[in-house]
Amino acid sequence: MAELLRTEHLSMEFGGLRAVSDLAITISEGEIIGLIGPNGAGKTTVFNVITGVYRPTTGKVVFAGDDITGWRPDQITERGIARTFQNIRLFETMSVLENVMIAKHVRLKATLSEAILGLPRYGKARQQHYQECLELLEKVQLDDVAFEQATSLPYGKQRRLEIARALATEPQLLLLDEPAAGMNPQESLELMEFVKRIRQEFDLTVFMIEHHMEVVMGVCQRIYVLDYGVTLAEGNPEEIQNNEKVIEAYLGAVDIDA
Amino acid sequence: MDKHAKLKFILTLLVVLVSFGALYIAQGTMNSFYIRVLNLAAIYAILALSLNLILGFTGMFSLGHAGFMCIGSYVAGILTMSPASKEIIYFMEPIHPLLANVQWPILPAILLGGIIAALFGFMIGFPALRLRDDYLAIATLGFAEIIRIVVTNVIPITNGALGLKNIPSVDSLLVYWGCAIVTLIVLMRIINSSWGYAFKAIRDNEIAAQAMGINIFKHKLLSFTIGAFFAGIAGALMAFLITSIDPTMYRFTFTFQILLIVVLGGMGSLSGSVIAAVIFSILMEVLRFVEQPMNLLGLEISGIPGMRMVIFSLGLLLIILFYRRGLMGTNEFNWNWVLNRLGIKTSHQGKRGEAN
Repeated sequence: MAELLRTEHLSMEFGGLRAVSDLAITISEGEIIGLIGPNGAGKTTVFNVITGVYRPTTGKVVFAGDDITGWRPDQITERGIARTFQNIRLFETMSVLENVMIAKHVRLKATLSEAILGLPRYGKARQQHYQECLELLEKVQLDDVAFEQATSLPYGKQRRLEIARALATEPQLLLLDEPAAGMNPQESLELMEFVKRIRQEFDLTVFMIEHHMEVVMGVCQRIYVLDYGVTLAEGNPEEIQNNEKVIEAYLGAVDIDA
Repeated sequence: MDKHAKLKFILTLLVVLVSFGALYIAQGTMNSFYIRVLNLAAIYAILALSLNLILGFTGMFSLGHAGFMCIGSYVAGILTMSPASKEIIYFMEPIHPLLANVQWPILPAILLGGIIAALFGFMIGFPALRLRDDYLAIATLGFAEIIRIVVTNVIPITNGALGLKNIPSVDSLLVYWGCAIVTLIVLMRIINSSWGYAFKAIRDNEIAAQAMGINIFKHKLLSFTIGAFFAGIAGALMAFLITSIDPTMYRFTFTFQILLIVVLGGMGSLSGSVIAAVIFSILMEVLRFVEQPMNLLGLEISGIPGMRMVIFSLGLLLIILFYRRGLMGTNEFNWNWVLNRLGIKTSHQGKRGEAN
């Protein structure tokens, strides 16, 4: 399998705080990788550095052969990395379909003056995106609410819409920041199936932050564990579950004498 | 497709035709005072529409509108004044020889007023739009004042504090409302296009918009420049309406009047801006009496200039406290609503099957 994403000696400092320290992650095409760690471990910071929200203090991010360190977030999205957010960030005044169509804006092959004059090139391009987005919504089973206001959807569907919106940018790598946050076990289970399904259908590589252990263990092939910005462990779910350092980080040190 | 699309198109066409008919009749029958008020309403409408694009649709808190308007006014004024009156008016310092003999027709002058204002919008937006919210407001306010002060001091071009006089007068409703309608149509098309949605995405959630691949800075700059362009057009029209302009007209208080119209009409509603602009300019005239000396229950009050603005400020306070959405909120006038009121059922999802 070809390598898709690699970080080298990636560090991110905020003032004196080292949020991420010397991170080395390698993700191959088609994998589903998990990133776990206690609260404040720097997981979201890793995502923010990969997607260009922050410029890393040192180190670099290489995506599909391109050094994307220091690129703007929109350039990185266009290059093929899409993401969702820990706290849902939908465009609240827009419908579900309009939310998804925003992702197609950069791919529009027409100019603003063509849009103002109503020339056919713009109309055709827009109509094509409209159809594509409707089809996408069908694939993620949101077509029945396509014309509803995005924020009127129940929580689980808002999460799914965020993923759909990320898919509409036509990514190779999808970063999911706690997709199961706030979900009950049943919903988390459905989400797991959903992630597996879209990976197949859209030929994706998935990198996800998740707190729900059953989700992480159930869906991820490999897991990175982060604590205080330092990579604590890396391995398949079984190895991680039995790793003493990880147990210590999550449950505290085991005092033998007690 | 929407089964009422044809009906709506005919209705829209009818409204446009009727309004042009009404403008034509009004031009012939109304006295010049009413025509002037209506023309002013058109200028306010253009200003409010363009500020709404920046503020209501793209979410940039810009207070530089008076500055862009100032540029439009001066460009149009200088280009259209007759060489003879330029010679008379520029008595402190003679006008720059390049400009002394130009005399353009009205319409190209309006257009160039808009283009130069857009150019300034672009140049100001470039550094200023890296800022957000209140910081952006302060920066744009500052730039607008800089424009005004520069205009006051480049005497060979602008005639300084004395201002311009004898600008050709235009009183045709068709020119003013024609420009307003073109502005409305162009902005409507922008708002409903892919770019309009990109602007709204930036307003709703900048971080998410960027994660969707939208170049935030480029789109903000685009919206700002388009807004400045139409503010320049409105400024040019203003010059033709009042025929004598000076830099003090374009103080930042003027921007606040436009802001008031935008908030009154609803931030994020083009039709709201037009309606509010008409209401505002009519009220400005109707309320003139409060600035007259009057006898209130035996109490003699001498005329207080500026009293109207106190009333408008109170109105703005009340709107913000109790009716923040303004007249229209983020809704637009649409035929579905009218038809439903008339008892004609339209499909709820009028947009299904057609992209904007």
